[in-house]
Amino acid sequence: MPRQRKPKLAVWKFASCDGCQLSLLDCEEELLAVVGEVEIAYFLEASRAVIKGPYDISLVEGSITTPHDEERIHQVRRMSKTVVTIGACATAGGIQALRNFTNVRDYIPLVYATPAFIHTLNKSTPIADHIFVDLELRGCPINKHQLVELLSAILNGRKPNLPQHSVCIECKQRGNVCVMVSQGLPCLGPVTQTGCDALCPEFLRGCFGCFGPKEMPNMASLASHWLKEGMAKPELVRRFRGFNAYAEPFRKESEAHEK
Amino acid sequence: MVTIQRNDLQTLFDALERRGYRIISPTVRDEAIILDTVHSADDLPKGRGEEQSAARYRLNRREDDALFGYAVGPHAWKQFLYPPVQTLLQARREGTSRSSGEPGFALLNPEGADEEPAMAFVGVRPCDLAAIRRLDAVFLQGPFQEPGYARRRSRALVVVAQCTAPSGTCFCASMNTGPSAPDGFDIALTEVLSTGPTVYLAESGSERGAEILRDVTCRPSTSEEISAAARAIESAAGRMGRHVDLDGLSETLRRSIEHVRWQQTAQRCLSCANCTMVCPTCFCSTVEDTTDLTATIAERRRRWDSCFTLDYSYIHGGSVRPSGMSRYRQWIMHKMSTWVDQYGTYGCTGCGRCITWCPVGIDITQEVAAVQHPSIESVTPPRENVHG
Ligand code: SF4
Ligand code: SF4
Ligand code: SF4
Ligand code: SF4
Repeated sequence: MPRQRKPKLAVWKFASCDGCQLSLLDCEEELLAVVGEVEIAYFLEASRAVIKGPYDISLVEGSITTPHDEERIHQVRRMSKTVVTIGACATAGGIQALRNFTNVRDYIPLVYATPAFIHTLNKSTPIADHIFVDLELRGCPINKHQLVELLSAILNGRKPNLPQHSVCIECKQRGNVCVMVSQGLPCLGPVTQTGCDALCPEFLRGCFGCFGPKEMPNMASLASHWLKEGMAKPELVRRFRGFNAYAEPFRKESEAHEK
Repeated sequence: MVTIQRNDLQTLFDALERRGYRIISPTVRDEAIILDTVHSADDLPKGRGEEQSAARYRLNRREDDALFGYAVGPHAWKQFLYPPVQTLLQARREGTSRSSGEPGFALLNPEGADEEPAMAFVGVRPCDLAAIRRLDAVFLQGPFQEPGYARRRSRALVVVAQCTAPSGTCFCASMNTGPSAPDGFDIALTEVLSTGPTVYLAESGSERGAEILRDVTCRPSTSEEISAAARAIESAAGRMGRHVDLDGLSETLRRSIEHVRWQQTAQRCLSCANCTMVCPTCFCSTVEDTTDLTATIAERRRRWDSCFTLDYSYIHGGSVRPSGMSRYRQWIMHKMSTWVDQYGTYGCTGCGRCITWCPVGIDITQEVAAVQHPSIESVTPPRENVHG
């Protein structure tokens, strides 16, 4: 389709470590092509120059953890045609969502000298709990190839290839030897969405679940398999409480074994 | 039948390399016996064996120096004949820019398709030869041929290793695909350990195979060696860890669409697709189209797919098989029932991979038995002990 002006891209940061934004800068050879195709209108990690909204594409990194962020995310939505959440923080609440399983008030005095200055919400929540999200990119951090694929798809008006099936499929297609079966290492691959190209099993580690739940994951079966293999319950709970601890299937499974 | 001394086996590898073959055989990597490119007989898993049960594989050492003393591992030959990701076409936009509005493109050649060397598969188990022949039926013998498969397959040389070392999850004897292959190979080897120093009995099954064997250092086999080889294979048939009763199986399954067992198994099944990825006969794929950022290059890729994914059965309006139950049932029905209707053989060769490599140890032989013999359902605990 002929296009007259370059689409405007904005990158927003909420509670996060900046790792996902860095994936964009990490695109190296593709980055020049990105800059050629879109106008980077707002991207503080890369440039202080700011072009006013509205924006065609907003990439949103980070979770909502403060009352101020709660308001700001609505502004982002109002200024953006397409909102894409990027990374485990934005899509599931991130590692900071571990607070959701405790009382954050108990921790504030341990960390901050003047707790009265801290305005924080009880829970760290994904962006989609607050606004309508058009597309999401999973991962901690996201995979740069998926990011380029998603941007190419948006720019060219086509469907992105972002499969929702298990990590195991890519793991097997790469010819990895399954670490769970051959070495008895716990691996979240069978319940985790692909996107990393089975990076950890490739290096003989079990999957940590960075890309969140796959479509219709069977958490209970994997958990009871691990229990039967001798994993202790506290360890089991920790396995499900990683970067995607607050994603519903992970959350429910960890809570089921906490009692 | 000729006999190759252990130390002369290298002359077979040399004969293959001289003819320009890329030799692929079992070899050890990452705590398992996998399939990869090798250059010499020393790359074979000498003295290595394994222990396999549901959801469990452990590499170990044998007490002898056997080169073929193990059953099949996580890899199957399909990955070489029908690679997991294939670029089907690439097109480049011709013209100035997206906005010029002038359509036009040039097709680019998928990289290197013509320059691949022919492959020699060394150490193919009879169950896996049967699997290759199942794939032949799918890709070559229907109204349409798959050109990439046809090209690779017609040039590939198959050296079978008759099976003398089945594992705990094997059941090729039930499926009538092993432990020995009567034909369909270029060369067949049988490893004989019992007559003194290890020797390999070799026979050719094709002109190509006979021509290569003439270059290999060997002597006529003794009758003692020939009967020792036959005994080793016969003993293998009796040492399979699993069994399937084929009597009326495909019919029984067809009548059991609503069987309660599918629901029970779905509670354990992760729909992770590992079983279909390791299965040597699963051939399903999906096609994805992609573009680069500037919409200059478009690419169509084919990837292995599985009936265990939600997308697999997606049609307009949703997926036909949303539940884990319907996905598991599809897999077993295809392997053991509808395959028979379409091709006249089972889609399962009894290799046991899906049992070993299922992360939660779902066992296809137990599943069919539970449907065939309803009494088993109450005796079989819903979750089998994988260390059993
Ligand atoms: S190593 Fe993990 S991701 Fe790979 S197949 Fe095994 S369970 Fe799946
Ligand atoms: S049967 Fe096993 S390997 Fe196959 S999809 Fe289910 S859990 Fe995965
Ligand atoms: S269904 Fe299982 S046992 Fe049968 S051929 Fe496939 S992987 Fe092997
Ligand atoms: S079992 Fe499933 S993945 Fe395998 S060939 Fe049949 S439909 Fe395809």
